[in-house]
This record gives sequence, structure tokens and C-alpha cells, in this order.
Amino acid sequence: MTTRYDESIASEIISSFDARPELLVQILHAFNARYSYIGDKAIRQIADELNLSRADVHGVVSYYEDFHSTPRGKRVLRICQAESCQAMGSRALTAHAEQALGIRMGETTSDGETTLEAVYCLGNCACSPAVLIDDKVHGRVSSEKLDDLLNDSGAAR
Amino acid sequence: MTGKIRVYVPRETAAVSLGADEVAEKIAALKNVELIRNGSWGASWLEPLVEVVVDGKRIAYGPVQPDDVEELVTADFLSGGEHALRLGPINEIPYLIKQERWTFFRVGLIEALSIDDYSAHGGFKGLTKAFEIGPSGVLEELQASGLRGRGGAAFPTAIKWQTVADADGEQKYIACNADEGDSGTFSDRMLMEGDPLTLIEGMLIAGFAVGANKGYIYLRSEYPLTKSIFAQALQIARDSGWLGDNIKDSGFDFDIELHIGAGSYVCGEETAMLESLEGKAGLVRFKPPLPALEGLFGKPTVVNNVVTLASVPNILSLGGERYAGFGSGRSKGTLAFQLAGNVKRGGLVEKAFGLTLRELIEDFGGGSASGRKIRAVQVGGPLGAYIPEQHFDTPLDYEAFADVGGMLGHGGIVVFDDTVDMAAQARFAMEFCSIESCGKCTPCRIGSVRGVEVIDKILADDNREANLELLDDLCDTMIDGSLCAMGGMTPFPVQSAIRHFPEDFTPAAGDGK
Repeated sequence: MTTRYDESIASEIISSFDARPELLVQILHAFNARYSYIGDKAIRQIADELNLSRADVHGVVSYYEDFHSTPRGKRVLRICQAESCQAMGSRALTAHAEQALGIRMGETTSDGETTLEAVYCLGNCACSPAVLIDDKVHGRVSSEKLDDLLNDSGAAR
Repeated sequence: MTGKIRVYVPRETAAVSLGADEVAEKIAALKNVELIRNGSWGASWLEPLVEVVVDGKRIAYGPVQPDDVEELVTADFLSGGEHALRLGPINEIPYLIKQERWTFFRVGLIEALSIDDYSAHGGFKGLTKAFEIGPSGVLEELQASGLRGRGGAAFPTAIKWQTVADADGEQKYIACNADEGDSGTFSDRMLMEGDPLTLIEGMLIAGFAVGANKGYIYLRSEYPLTKSIFAQALQIARDSGWLGDNIKDSGFDFDIELHIGAGSYVCGEETAMLESLEGKAGLVRFKPPLPALEGLFGKPTVVNNVVTLASVPNILSLGGERYAGFGSGRSKGTLAFQLAGNVKRGGLVEKAFGLTLRELIEDFGGGSASGRKIRAVQVGGPLGAYIPEQHFDTPLDYEAFADVGGMLGHGGIVVFDDTVDMAAQARFAMEFCSIESCGKCTPCRIGSVRGVEVIDKILADDNREANLELLDDLCDTMIDGSLCAMGGMTPFPVQSAIRHFPEDFTPAAGDGK
């Protein structure tokens, strides 16, 4: 995931969106997918090529929950904290995850493997509690199932 | 036909979150099988729900885990054989046959990404009718249907479309709100995954009716599978001439761009969504001007929710009058209720307005998942009131719900059993608002932070009576002074929790629970 920043590739990403400033959020998603975060270099280049100010781009990056200014772990575990999952034990599941990983919500393990984050609703509310590991949703996640998922997805890489 | 046995395995978030992809992979590896990926019928508690076509009947098995496939093969499920997981013909499952499917009637039934299957089940009939009767004819049918916005605000759709149609300007837009952020709601997602072409058809009709040639869909990033399915659907529609220039020689041009949100709840508010579609931070706009007159890029824009737009094709093909024949009072038609939280049989239930909350959570939902007593039900998402048992017999229609201080909203129903701590839920409502507030208006930005603090003081028995009064004042300020529903409705869950469950706000609460 920690891919080195490369200006020509960044430029290609921006041109693949025809450098349309109204696609800024979509462009940032593409950067986020490639680099896991949006650093200063990226902000500078995106601003230049879209003819926006750096403050404009920074404002958008910092506004949205999905965009990060520092690198995240190789794997991102997001546990739903919204009402439906609360009704099915997400608070206890979250406490279990924090203990199992030795980190708090919003933190990354010291080996850079796993980032733990809150998410508010994955639309899997009929099968609560739900978690998202990278881009895969899992339903009816008990503490035991979460341990298995973490072991499986850790072993898979 | 190949003579192969047709087996349906949903490609839908809930099913996939419980192993449907692994099940599908194992079934696809069997001899003489044609695997079809449909959407989910909505009986999420039976997912992954596998159907085998035997003598023209679809025999259901569920919930099927990947490890069950071997045993099912032994039981000869490909011929409809007996097994503990056999549910019988899909069209005999009570949860499904008791529904009134209007908007979701193809969801589960068809292969989600097949133009042929879509067309064979009435697809594009609505648009074809629209071309016949012209834009004013479409607006008349819509008026007759009584359809109101299904995103939560329940504004009459015909009036919105008429306003955009009448607005000056060459360039107009259709903006579909698929930022389904409310906990307990997933009907937008299920429609976009199970019958994506219906939404495309609905947007085409909207564009044709108001004179727009471009549509945008704002889909939340928390729905990765939906994004993948819907992007494929757009491509399929484009490739087969249902999007693009001069659609089916009608002279009508229309295309759709899919935008992905970035984790901001408030972007589900229509003006914040428009800002985000323009590539900006999702700050709520002042109204007026209405988006219908000055919306996306300052142009007249129809902003509608997914289910609203997806209800339109059938309104045209079957008639607005017929749609208006469903429902109760001023709530015409059907609503796709979503049963979630601590409920035994969670899923999607499309019914005419007017059944009671109790019928929904008991007859369909089967009570709580934990088997304990149901204590509270939050209806209408995180900004909706908590409903206590004495109001469970309220009919589910917009007005009846407003009468008991509730809000039907998008039809999301989240069930809590008697272990719920209502003070924690009230505190969470304020906390969620403080996290998700866009920050533009003070009552929401500051009020929510103060709300958390005051609730903490009440629970710590610090000047309890005075702080309860202060909290009430604060709630009033947020309701009256906020720019949008985020700050304006956050007090609803808080005040309903205090009103109906005062015992949870006493210092002793938490000890005996």
C-alpha cells in the first residue's frame, strides 16, 4: 500500500478525470486508493493541475472522513458504530477489537499492519453488527468471527 | 437454453457479507450448473439464499453457508431434494408473499445485470410510455400517483419535477441521492444492487420530463459492492443504447455520471450533496434558492432519492391512479421498510403505507433477535424518534407518525431489546451530530457538543433538574435555529428518549441493568 509518490503517475490520474475541478472528490479517492493518504506533494500537484488553490484542496481533504493526511495501515478494519449495530453489540465488539489489536479507534498498529476506524453504517443493518475490512463487508460479526477474519486476512497477504 | 440447471445466488451486500460469494464459487464448480447472480429478495435473515430452478419453479435453500454446499449436493438439491435448509418454492415464503412489491418487484427475481432479463420483466416499459405521452403526460401521471420523496422529507415529487420543468434555462440536471447514511436503512443499496436498471430508467424518465440531459448519482463510499454493480449497469445501459445520444431513436439524449461520496453523513442532505458533486466540502447551502431553481452548478436540478426515482417507471407503465390506490391518507403508494437492529427476521419489506409498527416488527420481524422483550424502536434513522411500546400500534404513514412525535423518514426501523441504555442512545445522538455536523451553523456545530456535555452532567447527577431544563432549551434552539435536518432533528431521538424512558436518566440507571 505504501506506494512511493510519483509525479508522472499522479498526473496521469488527474488527466484520467480530464482535470475537471468538479471531480476533485473523485480524484482524491483515486489518490487515496493508490497511496492510502493524501500528502502535501499530492495536494500541491492536484491544486496546480486543477487550477485550484492549495487551501481549496486541503479544505476538501480535511473535510471528508475518507481522506487522510498520513499513511494508514496495510489493512483497514472499520467497525460500524451506528444504532443498528449498537443494538446488536457493536460497542462490545469494538472493545474486543481494541484489545485484540492493542490500539484505540483511529490508530494503526505499530507494525503498520492494521488501522482501526469507526464507520457509521454499512447498509448491512439486517445483519448487524457489521464490519468492513478493506472493501469487503462482513455481517453478524461476533468477537470470535472478528478474530478469525483478522487472522484470515492477515494470513492472506 | 443450455439445458443446464439454473441456480441463483445473490450478489448483494448482506448475502455476500455472510458468504454468498464463496457459496457461488462452490456451486459454479458443480457439473451442469448455470450460475445466475440476482439481487436479494430482501429476506436478509435467510441469506445467503440459494434458489434452484426445478420444473420451472424456483426452490429456495437458506441460509446456506459455504460448508453446507457439499451436504446439499448429497441431498440432491439440484433436483430440489429435501434438506434441513430447504425452504420450498420462493413464491410461497410468507415473508415475501405478504409484501406489496411495486418498486422492488424485480429485485431478487431477475439477474441484476442483464438487459434481457430486465426487459423480459417489464423493463423500459415506463420510459417507452413516457416517450408516447410526452413530458406533460409524465407529470400528470406523477401527479395522479401522489408519490412523495422517499428519502425522508416526503415532498411531493410531481411538484418538484414541475418546478424544474418550468424553470428557465437550457441546462438542467437530475441528481440522484444515493447517500443512504441513516443507520437501519438499506433499500437504496438493495435496489441498486438487485435491479440497477430501474434506477437508470427512472432517471431517464425524470430527465425527459423536465428537459435535462445529464444525471448524477451520488453514492456513498461505504457501499463498495454497490459501486461495482452499478458502474457495470451504467456501462451495460450505454452499450445497449439506453444511455447516450438519441436514445432508441427518440431524439432524447441523456447520460449519467456516478460520483462516490467520501464518508460525510451530512452529504445526504440535498444541498451538501450538490456541493460535494461540485467537488467541494459538503457544507449545507442556505435555502432559498431551492435546488429546483438553482441547484447543481447553479442550474435547475431535480434532487431525488433512489427509491423515489425507481418507483417512477412502474407508475408510468401501470398508471399513477393504480399507485395511489395503495396506502393510507396522504401517504400514497408503498414504502420499502427496512427491518434492522435486534430483530429476528431482518430485511426489506415493501408494503402499502398504513400497517402498524407492531405488525412490521412482530409479524414480519418475528420479535427481537435476542429473544428478549423489545423496549424501543428507532424509526427513520439517527434523526428519528425512539418509539416506546405504547406507540407500536401507530399506523406507518407520514402523518400518523408525526402525530406521535415520530418521523417515518426513509422507512428504516431499528429494534432494541430491554438491555438498551436509552441515556447512552440519547448521548450518542448528540455525539453523532457533533462528529458529522458540517459546521456551517452554530446551533448544530456548538449545540451538539454542549448537548453531550449536558447529558453527561445529568447522568453524573450534577444539578440534574436544572440541566434537564437546559437540555430541553438547547434542543429547542437546535430545532429552531439549525440550517438543515442534521442539527434540526438531532433533538428528536434525545427528547423522545427522555420523554419515554426517563428512568434511564436517573443516577441509579446503569446499576441495575
